[in-house]
Amino acid sequence: MTPTIVLPVIVAGLYAAGVYLLLDRSLTRVLLGFLLLGNAANVLLLSAGGVAGLAPILPVDDESAINDPLPQALVLTAIVITFGISAFVLAMIYRSWRLVRDEVVQDDAEDLRVATREEIDADERDPELMDPADRGPGDGFTVEAGPRRDDPETPSDDVALGLAGAVEAENESAEAKAVGEVRRTPAGGHGRDKY
Amino acid sequence: MDDVIRVLTPLPVLLPLLGAAGALLVGRHPQLQRTLSIVVLSAVLAVSVSLLVMADSQGATSVSVGGWPVPLGIVLVVDRLSALMLVVANTVTLGVLVFAVGQGVADGDETDTPLSIFHPTYLVLVAGVSNAFLAGDLFNLYVGFEVLLAASYVLLTLGGTAGRIRAGITYVVVSLMSSLVFLAAIGLVYAATGTVNMAQLAVRLGELPAGTQVLLQSMLLVAFGIKAAVFPLSAWLPDSYPTAPAPVTAVFAGLLTKVGVYAIIRTNTLLFPDGALDDLLLWAALATMVVGILGAVAQTDVKRMLSFTLVSHIGYMVFGIALGTTAGFAGAIFYVVHHIAIQTTLFLATGLVERRGGTTNTEKLGGLAKASPLLAILFFVPAMNLAGIPPLSGFIGKLGLLEAGVAVGGVGPYVLVGGAVVTSLLTLVAIARVWGRAFWRPRSVDTADEDVAEVRPAAGTATTTAEIAENRLPRTMVAATAAFVAVTLAITVFGGVLYGVADRAATDLLDRTPYLESVFGDQEIR
Repeated sequence: MTPTIVLPVIVAGLYAAGVYLLLDRSLTRVLLGFLLLGNAANVLLLSAGGVAGLAPILPVDDESAINDPLPQALVLTAIVITFGISAFVLAMIYRSWRLVRDEVVQDDAEDLRVATREEIDADERDPELMDPADRGPGDGFTVEAGPRRDDPETPSDDVALGLAGAVEAENESAEAKAVGEVRRTPAGGHGRDKY
Repeated sequence: MDDVIRVLTPLPVLLPLLGAAGALLVGRHPQLQRTLSIVVLSAVLAVSVSLLVMADSQGATSVSVGGWPVPLGIVLVVDRLSALMLVVANTVTLGVLVFAVGQGVADGDETDTPLSIFHPTYLVLVAGVSNAFLAGDLFNLYVGFEVLLAASYVLLTLGGTAGRIRAGITYVVVSLMSSLVFLAAIGLVYAATGTVNMAQLAVRLGELPAGTQVLLQSMLLVAFGIKAAVFPLSAWLPDSYPTAPAPVTAVFAGLLTKVGVYAIIRTNTLLFPDGALDDLLLWAALATMVVGILGAVAQTDVKRMLSFTLVSHIGYMVFGIALGTTAGFAGAIFYVVHHIAIQTTLFLATGLVERRGGTTNTEKLGGLAKASPLLAILFFVPAMNLAGIPPLSGFIGKLGLLEAGVAVGGVGPYVLVGGAVVTSLLTLVAIARVWGRAFWRPRSVDTADEDVAEVRPAAGTATTTAEIAENRLPRTMVAATAAFVAVTLAITVFGGVLYGVADRAATDLLDRTPYLESVFGDQEIR
């Protein structure tokens, strides 16, 4: 039998499309990309088993006529793993949507802060000249700036909503202080760690 | 003796998995759950230690799971390297579990906790790590990686706050990519050789054309390089680790990247001993060290600074691997052991700093050395160790690697030796900045004000400074961290013994016959 060109072409197409989607910021596209890549890997594993043949069930008369069973076992395992992880990613996308009303990956606040900072030594700096995000907490303004817990406009999630970047992190901890959770959970906003 | 090993070998995987099931069942009884997890991990540690003792005295052994003859079935292989890694991994996971339990008890309110999933997930993580270390089969290694990664996804996004979901997304997507590259590599390896048994691969891969070998090796190295955070595949790490809860970050930082390093060691010794990509790895090691440490110097947050030093010090291990000599591998293995312990300790100490000071931002911290001298010691000792101050274990590990580099000689290794020294100095700079800011300088007026005026009365219960000093650092957490500091000192004191084991492990690795014979016995491998 001759090797088929169809499977390699399909694998290449799936990989290309999958990687392209995975590079997107939108999480739904990332998930679709992951699914395509998973299928690409599975087809690759299948084609690694060589040419198609009969079902590999004992007893066999002609060993060369049967298919290689190992790649099929590997593919089954890989499918189960891909399935489980996809479910987790879906749950994460949903949670992200609930929290920030957006399924696009946000910029990292601390990254931006470090990248845009002008000098390293804060000790010698006048607080008046500092970026608000670099200033220490407790200036009394950030609490009002954030979404209030009793605000009817704010959906009922127990976390600061709708604010990207450093302001959010500030508000989160300021808010946590306001409700008195800080002594127990100094991280601010991570108040639910129990082991 | 063989029967004992046959029984013991699967236990580091089996016990945590069964324990995870048990912990799920008793999820409504936190006290029971905690006891169960600690008992299970203590048992696993005992098993690992006895495996190491046996492996070190009699050499490598293997077990065919389910009684299927090699190479049809899955084999678990215990040699000096995997046994050593098991012992270190289980010591760290047990210690961090005690720390986490201490934190859970201190924070209270377990009756309606939605987070009874922590213990089962944590045990699954341990099972995955053990499986990856024991796997004698490429696909089983993949399964081990997936098990530990799936557990790590859950642990990293624990509680599902906005920051953690954001960090978790980066982490999950990057890990998925590495898993898929790994899976594709397995498919290609199978297509080329017709087996996934690592001992059999060791022989069959060598018969392939050189170009095919380089392709397969580079795919495996990319997959493991992402997991080990080797530059330029390391950008995900400082982004995703710092947001997780302190114990989770500690165990991830200590352990998970080292599983990647372990897989790289296996790839470069057992599967592809030719060293075709060693030059490339050497420069990757230099870039990892330098880029990582420059990132660390720029940070103001302790956790982020530590994450960057973690990336940077992975470079030392890759340096040892890339040298390709016994001394290089021995240095890399010793450095892995040292670094697992030290990085975990530092992250746990940082967790205590966060509880004590309310933040990990060095611009807001201050005066901790005076406020909490014990905490200062717990941070200072491992910090100096990380920077490689003699006579601590970081110095021993770095010295071993530098000697190995000089012994090899040539432009590349000498540049790397220079880079390693500079990185070490810059680590000291980064660590000293944190120490100076958070511990040494006096607490500034406005931060103190904020602490007293807003936080403490709002907290409701404790009002005096003394009360808070006691309340803030639960004894179990401090004890667990102190135990870790003791372990890192023990690595220093017993450095000679440990280096001996690492040296014998490296000799075995380069020799390859102990591994092959343990799997196939007297059979001829085809």
